[in-house]
Amino acid sequence: MHTLAELIIVFVILLNLALSVTGGLAACIRLVAVQGVVAGILPLLAGDGAPHARTVIFAAAIMLLKGAVFPWLLLRARDRSGAGKDVEPLISYPASVMLCLGAFIASSWLGSRLPLPDTGVAWIVPASLATIFTGFLLITTRSKAITQVLGYLVIENGIYIFGLALFVEQPLMVELAILLDVFVAVFVMGIAIFHISREFDHIDTAELSELSDWRRGEYGK
Amino acid sequence: MEIVKPLLQFLAAALLAPLLPGVINRVKAFFAGRKGRPLLQLYYDLAKLLRKTPVYSRTTTWVFRAGPLLGAAALVTALALLPFAGRPSFLSFDGDFIFLLYLLGLARFATVLAALDTGSAFEGMGASREMQFAVFAEPAFFMGLASLARVTGQTSLAGMFGALTGGTWSTAAPVLALLTASFFLVLLAENSRVPADDPDTHLELTMIHEVMVLDHSGPDLAYILYGAALKLWLFAALIGSTVLPRHSGSWAGDSALFLLMMFGLAAAVGVVESVIARLRLTKVPYMLITAFAFSALALIFQMGR
Repeated sequence: MHTLAELIIVFVILLNLALSVTGGLAACIRLVAVQGVVAGILPLLAGDGAPHARTVIFAAAIMLLKGAVFPWLLLRARDRSGAGKDVEPLISYPASVMLCLGAFIASSWLGSRLPLPDTGVAWIVPASLATIFTGFLLITTRSKAITQVLGYLVIENGIYIFGLALFVEQPLMVELAILLDVFVAVFVMGIAIFHISREFDHIDTAELSELSDWRRGEYGK
Repeated sequence: MEIVKPLLQFLAAALLAPLLPGVINRVKAFFAGRKGRPLLQLYYDLAKLLRKTPVYSRTTTWVFRAGPLLGAAALVTALALLPFAGRPSFLSFDGDFIFLLYLLGLARFATVLAALDTGSAFEGMGASREMQFAVFAEPAFFMGLASLARVTGQTSLAGMFGALTGGTWSTAAPVLALLTASFFLVLLAENSRVPADDPDTHLELTMIHEVMVLDHSGPDLAYILYGAALKLWLFAALIGSTVLPRHSGSWAGDSALFLLMMFGLAAAVGVVESVIARLRLTKVPYMLITAFAFSALALIFQMGR
């Protein structure tokens, strides 16, 4: 059972690496969805014996939300906002991979120093920290607004895995509240990206530092 | 007795290696709907080339003549280090995996020097590309072997693969799976197989390995072709021994299974070549960085267990 959980953890880390090199926006959205679903399997493997009915329903809800609803919303936002096919990174892909690997090394060091209860599954804390870092990487080094939403979702995946490391039995209300927050956030961001692109003709965040009625050359210099 | 079996294994590997490219070509031909070259084509080629008189350009020196010989010799030595189906190898000592890496490096160095010695612009270009990709491939391979040494607690290749059992797969499955993936990517790149390089092309602009050996002829070309076959066998054997740790006590059974695994791997390479398009030249380092990332992850995983 634990070998399976470890394999899933490795898969989550590989998905982090894949996210840091993938150039297509649609592919990125799908990778995040896969990561969410794979992370959703983890609580089913955590306890001994058969999982509770509550855990199963909760995991199914998470998988449905992260695997079907979020990608659908994001792909819709991408199509409506007319964002191109590429994520347009600010740093090269090899540099992204190296940062991701470095993050994993740093988080495995950090994970070994954190006073956490023993979960029995190796690598759960480093993997979660590395996932959170990958989310930050996506937010900071990609130039489109939609990849920032993706980064946010990856961070949520990381926090979710981290929660598994802390509590073998999940406090249901807390998780549902977080999930609701994320759902609303993705929904709002989907609408916001659509409106931003309608107002500005693009969703490049580097260009969003100016007010829309301010035209270069008309006012100021 | 303990010297006869390793010697037999060594000779078997040296004799059977040219079969692998034949298997790959047959699989590719099958996918393309062709009949394909004979399975033993490389043997025929080698026999023909060895009888020919080599032609040397007047600009070349002894470096050009020594290159192919040195390359083939280094690879034959490397083959002696290689365990066969998890059995002790012909030549084995502690830390010999570093020796293996340096032998591969020496073979590459000899080929590159011979290419540069011709003074041809094309060969220089090929040499530069070969070295550029080696910069990415070698760390991936080295870290992979290092984590394998870490998993098994042995530093000789024979020791590593001898200590690797089915039980290791159930305890360290993630590490070994990452290693296998990394080794396979390195195999494709190092043997100029499709995603990195096309062994069949003769379009100079895209060639990597092939362009370096354009000026070699006769027995020299035979040495180079044989060396390439040995290199393919070497990498395939490393993957084969990782995926298929020895199970039974019978030498013949293990060896047969191992040989089957080798031809299976060659078929897998053929399938990959048939279904995947070649990467753009600038994207090849990405593939090797992926291999490096796999190896590095495997090593980190193993260190923290």
